[in-house]
Amino acid sequence: MRMDAPLTQPLRIVLVLGALGALALSLAWRALDLQVLDKEFLQNQGDARHLRELAIPANRGMITDRNGEPLAVSTPVDSVWANPRELLAARAQWPALARLLNIDAKGLERHLLGRLDREFVYLKRAVNPELAQQVTALAVPGVSLQREYRRYYPAGEVVSHVIGFTNVDDIGQEGLELAYEEWLRGRPGAKRVIKDRLGRMVESVEGVTEPVPGKDLALSIDRRLQYLAYRELKAAIQANGARSGSLVMLDIATGEVLAMVNQPSFNPNNRVKLRGDFFRNRAVTDVFEPGSTIKPFTAAAALESGKFRPTTMIDTESGLFKVGRHTVRDVHKYGVIDVTTVIQKSSNVGATKMALAIEPQQLWSMFSRVGFGAATGSRFPGEMPGALSSYKRWGEIERATLSYGYGLSVTPLQLAHAYTVLADHGRFKPVSFSRVTQPPRSEQVVKAEVADQILKMMETVTGEGGTGMAAGVPGYRVAGKTGTVHKSQAGGYADNRYLALFAGVAPVSRPRLAMVVMIDEPKSGEYYGGLVAAPVFGKVMAGALRLLDVAPDDVQSLRTQLVEAGVGKQNKGGAAGVMAQVVSSTSHTRQSNETKSQPKSLGKGVL
Amino acid sequence: MNQKAVPVYTRPKEQGFLTRLLRRIHVDVPLLTGLLLLSAVGLIVLYSAGGQSLAVLGRQLMRLALAFTVMLALAQVHPHHLQRWAPWLFGVGVMLLIAVLLIGDISKGARRWLDLGAIRFQPSEMMRIAVPMMVAWYLANNPLPPRPLKLILGALLTVAPAGLIAKQPDLGTSLLITSSGVFVLFLAGMRWRYIALVGGAAAALIPIAWSMLHDYQRQRVLTFLDPENDPLGTGYHIIQSKIAIGSGGFYGKGWLNGTQSYLDFIPERSTDFIFAVLSEEFGLIGILVVLAIYLFIVLRGLYIAAQAHDTFTRLLAGSLTLTFSMYIFVNIGMVTALLPVVGVPLPLISYGGTSMVTVMAAFGILMSIHTHRKLVPT
Repeated sequence: MRMDAPLTQPLRIVLVLGALGALALSLAWRALDLQVLDKEFLQNQGDARHLRELAIPANRGMITDRNGEPLAVSTPVDSVWANPRELLAARAQWPALARLLNIDAKGLERHLLGRLDREFVYLKRAVNPELAQQVTALAVPGVSLQREYRRYYPAGEVVSHVIGFTNVDDIGQEGLELAYEEWLRGRPGAKRVIKDRLGRMVESVEGVTEPVPGKDLALSIDRRLQYLAYRELKAAIQANGARSGSLVMLDIATGEVLAMVNQPSFNPNNRVKLRGDFFRNRAVTDVFEPGSTIKPFTAAAALESGKFRPTTMIDTESGLFKVGRHTVRDVHKYGVIDVTTVIQKSSNVGATKMALAIEPQQLWSMFSRVGFGAATGSRFPGEMPGALSSYKRWGEIERATLSYGYGLSVTPLQLAHAYTVLADHGRFKPVSFSRVTQPPRSEQVVKAEVADQILKMMETVTGEGGTGMAAGVPGYRVAGKTGTVHKSQAGGYADNRYLALFAGVAPVSRPRLAMVVMIDEPKSGEYYGGLVAAPVFGKVMAGALRLLDVAPDDVQSLRTQLVEAGVGKQNKGGAAGVMAQVVSSTSHTRQSNETKSQPKSLGKGVL
Repeated sequence: MNQKAVPVYTRPKEQGFLTRLLRRIHVDVPLLTGLLLLSAVGLIVLYSAGGQSLAVLGRQLMRLALAFTVMLALAQVHPHHLQRWAPWLFGVGVMLLIAVLLIGDISKGARRWLDLGAIRFQPSEMMRIAVPMMVAWYLANNPLPPRPLKLILGALLTVAPAGLIAKQPDLGTSLLITSSGVFVLFLAGMRWRYIALVGGAAAALIPIAWSMLHDYQRQRVLTFLDPENDPLGTGYHIIQSKIAIGSGGFYGKGWLNGTQSYLDFIPERSTDFIFAVLSEEFGLIGILVVLAIYLFIVLRGLYIAAQAHDTFTRLLAGSLTLTFSMYIFVNIGMVTALLPVVGVPLPLISYGGTSMVTVMAAFGILMSIHTHRKLVPT
């Protein structure tokens, strides 16, 4: 040991101390770097790891009918969700959980493993309260409940096409649920919570905004009328073996949709096995050629031109009339008849002669003024405007076929809407699916006297000798028009596929209701509008007038009926009570008596 | 031995009872003060990091008591004895290391423990003291600065046990033991050109070392170089730790208020990563205070080394002190993402027993070296 102890060598001391100082400084600098310079970024990152905004779902507004009966309500339910990491750790409790939720344990594992990067995975949505309680009792780590709202439709398939439905996230997907999404949807609230690494909620902190519930929506629909329409249409579709059908009932004074049903329908509470086309509200989204139901408007254009009056005689010749190379045919030979009879008998030749006698523009103008070729403005999702081509491109053939309803397309809603114009002295009002509290602004689009004259003509359709007697309602004057449409197909018109139609209004003395019944491809032998659609119209109209307490305006026919039914002798007291009784009982007898005797007088062909 | 290095013995001034008692039981008061302060800080931080568990605190207190007892016991042992025991201690240690590799218990994928019936024992911990003792003993028997051959042999005495430990695998301890040996060589006056040579050779060996690393070790290095590359996997520790430290800011969030630690976002928060909890709750101020305490202890250790009377104690004291500072630097460097993740606890603050006892044993030796000075025959 001869040398200096090395630690006293100045150079090494300086070196060691210097190195130590450098290390200490580098650590201090690093701390400064992280805690002062990068502080904001790192703090945000930290917050991002444990502060979470949780949404508090808002209750969706209720949809009711015009009388406040619930049609769509949101009920609070619980959804079961899990934090994948936590649940994966609690493997021992999987079998019990899987059994409870009725899911496959293997599938559960795959489900969780595929979503390890998330903190929130649904296991089962909208479970019933009892099951929710059992899940809570099981106390599996990482499994929790979340309060949600599930839409429930008390009226089921009766009103499903109009209401539509929401998806599992309570967002409107179809129908009015979609159209009024903004109105119905509330604003979800939010709360800030602190979560730990495993996503467990530790505590809830400030910043809570309360959810704002959505607003309720009162529809124009009357649930009683809706149910009546649903029942009768469904029965008719089944009885006729038809493919589908629609029924639209409008309030003539307000333009409100009182009832709208389609067949086949669906149950909005259980949509598991349904395809998209079941959901279509055909009364609004599907168009067809209106056929003879358009003739009142042809007649209206003719009267408006001044060249025709209700009593103007028209020679329908032998029921055959050549237009260019085509022949317009009537079912029967009517000879020389007045305009009223053209409507009553539904003469194609008569309608053609009127249309050819006036300017094409006059016909077009009438059609477009009552709303054909344009959407009704109902805001219903997927509403079709139909097609009405410009008169500038019409030749004689087009003018002829348009006069009896071919070459243009309409929706059932449009057709019913157009009939409200004729029924309300030529006044046009917007269609509404929501309840109208004050009378809407109306626009005079057809001269009042013309409209009134047409209404009278249409009344003969349901009278003795008319094509639509089955649409009559005892005690009420009913005006309407039958339609039997050859369905078009590729390359022309199908021989044996028809649409049976009836459009009409009642009571004629003070019209309240307009209704269109459309039955697509009846297959049980009958296919005339007067035989297939008119009876439905009659039954639904009879029930609706009774439900709405509409005073009868045809006491004369009522009396006859009373005598026939043998009721009059027993009931001499309160006339109103008797009438109501009769209305309900006779609608059935009429159907059985009269429709059976009708076919022979109608013969064959297009009405 | 150089005479002028020995202070003239003067009768101390009249001192109080406590001072005399402490002197009598060979305690170095500044060192003890620093260590007690650090232990106190450690308990405060651990209370928060351990989820305010009194049980955790209690166990840590037990370990501290044991560690201080070991320190006091070693302080009573004269350095001469230590010098005599050095080869034996080293020899036994190496054999135990070999035994570990053959029959050791496996815990967390590494074979580090030896089960001696009653106690489980980590021979590598013992080597943290035995290696610097052995190298110091070896070099102290020869003139300084050491000749190249001596250096190579000294290096072998370091590298052999370090290699055995690396094989367990325990890279952190292995590297620190290597550095403890290297410190002895350096302090012994290793020539600069040899230092340069060894440094160059080490750099050249890096690719070879890389190929010998275990996958998880390579992963740690890669993660260190780019933690954001794998934020959900191995980079997670580093990112979370940085966030916790940064969240502390200048003043910290306050004791028991560290959200990142409380919500379990910091991994290993009461052991290797406890520095992150400290940083989040006490901020830059807290870090600087703790660094100051550490620096004080290290400087006192170096002072003791400088004051030591003979080569062996001088080399040993210097090496133990520098190794201690390495522990601090490696741990804090790891937590602040300056260094790759190496499983090294923060001395006296991290929860855990074995390393604490070793650290305190080293300080016991330092105290012994300092307080037995006057009795050294010249």
